[in-house]
Amino acid sequence: MDILYLLIPISLVLVAAIALVFLWAVKSGQFEDMEGPAHRILMDDDLPRQAPAAEEEVNRTNLSIDMDQADK
Amino acid sequence: MEATYNYKVVRQFAIMTVVWGIVGMLVGVILSAQLIWPDLTQGLQWLSYGRLRPLHTNAVIFAFGGSALFATSLFIVQRTCQTRLLSDGLAAFVFWGWQLVILLAALSFPFGITTGKEYAELEWPIDLLITVIWVAYAVLFFGTIMKRKTQHIYVANWFFGAYIVTIAILHIVNSAELPIALAGGSVLKSYSAYAGVQDAMVQWWYGHNAVGFFLTTAFLGMMYYFVPKQAGRPIFSYRLSVVHFWALNFIYMWAGPHHLLYTALPDWAQSLGMVFSLMLIAPSWGGMMNGIMTLSGAWHKLRTDPILKFLITALSFYGMSTFEGPMMSVKTVNALSHYTEWTIGHVHSGALGWVAMISIGSLYYLIPRLFGREEMFSVKLINTHFWMSTIGVVLYIAALWIAGVAQGLMWRATNADGTLTYSFAQSVAAMYPFYTIRLVGGGLFFAGMLLMAYNVWKTVSAGKAVNDARIPEAVQA
Repeated sequence: MDILYLLIPISLVLVAAIALVFLWAVKSGQFEDMEGPAHRILMDDDLPRQAPAAEEEVNRTNLSIDMDQADK
Repeated sequence: MEATYNYKVVRQFAIMTVVWGIVGMLVGVILSAQLIWPDLTQGLQWLSYGRLRPLHTNAVIFAFGGSALFATSLFIVQRTCQTRLLSDGLAAFVFWGWQLVILLAALSFPFGITTGKEYAELEWPIDLLITVIWVAYAVLFFGTIMKRKTQHIYVANWFFGAYIVTIAILHIVNSAELPIALAGGSVLKSYSAYAGVQDAMVQWWYGHNAVGFFLTTAFLGMMYYFVPKQAGRPIFSYRLSVVHFWALNFIYMWAGPHHLLYTALPDWAQSLGMVFSLMLIAPSWGGMMNGIMTLSGAWHKLRTDPILKFLITALSFYGMSTFEGPMMSVKTVNALSHYTEWTIGHVHSGALGWVAMISIGSLYYLIPRLFGREEMFSVKLINTHFWMSTIGVVLYIAALWIAGVAQGLMWRATNADGTLTYSFAQSVAAMYPFYTIRLVGGGLFFAGMLLMAYNVWKTVSAGKAVNDARIPEAVQA
């Protein structure tokens, strides 16, 4: 079973690498807040923006108000 | 450009997930029909069972599952890091490269070009191509994480990250092979760098970790994003999700030998595989509970939201198969279950129940958002799809449980004088009713995918590709 001389070291190297990444994660403060991140993804609104045409309408109205004010 | 997300690559992979799902599952249905009618394909060698079987497994795992993972990981990494992908060019390269690999696989298997290693049947030129694309994917994914605008890396990204790194290592070690072209032979044939039981050990170290990191870890990344999003509630315990991640990574690597119980593998290595497999119940069930309990206090949503039904049922199947798996790795159970249909039933409880259903639920969430729609064309059809899938899986796995146990018991039955009670052909004949139920179940699941394709088609044609999804200005640290 010579192959174990390859597979076991690979596993040990991987476990060591995982441990290093884990230590980095702890030190860099990845685990400081164990509540916030769960809520944060919910605040990210990914629904398509409603009726882009209507939005432009609003912008144009605002623009004309600005111009009106500039006239005065 | 910089102020928007790259939805193009997500969209491409999302659509191809549906396409490859249909192709891969259709081949599966043909195979299951061949078991009942062996002459179904008229003895044509290109459509024979042995050549279609790797086409089915590769198509559903790497084409369907792979595309689903590319779509969701590239969507999630952008949304949770609040940044655009590292490079649009690299994203396009990953997409077209992966489609090329799938086409090459679909061409080479029917012609019998194969290494003969399960789930790694592709020949060496395609293996090299996969390596290049995978490295590009890794650069794309980790590069995007590096340029993130948030300090915290959301847990789903950790799961995807572990999957990308591990699959790279597994693929390289297991695909070490010598092309016979080096000795003047064909360009399309190679032999494994390992021989005999050594090769078997590498093969199942690869094979089981591919199940662990491709079909489990990566899809958990999907689960940790889309379950909370669809439920509109934070994950039950974020802390538990972090523990789930690290526990899974630290102990997964050595479950592979459970595929080689009672073989030439040293006994201690077999036992090691069994012990590690049993330990996996803890993190797996922790994760399952975490996902399902996300709905605690909002169970009523399950009554009305078919997408949530898909996601939560997927988690139930994840729990079932991660209990069944360790149980089957116990040597005494394995003595009965090994080489029987039970194993195929177990695989499909994971593959259809967990992998396919979590992907389908995630796609139903994703597709309207990618095409500027509020929701899918028909929510009612999603519900119909859900029931077709669920009844399909249940028929499938229940039939193969019975078939497998019957097979195992018939093979080991002996008469008083020590001779075998049943001939092998008798155990094959006993399979027919169960094969038929399996075909019905699988066919139902496949038909559900066609329904999904129709629903996606109607949604896409009513919508418009979203290319201006803005990245929020204010960084929510």
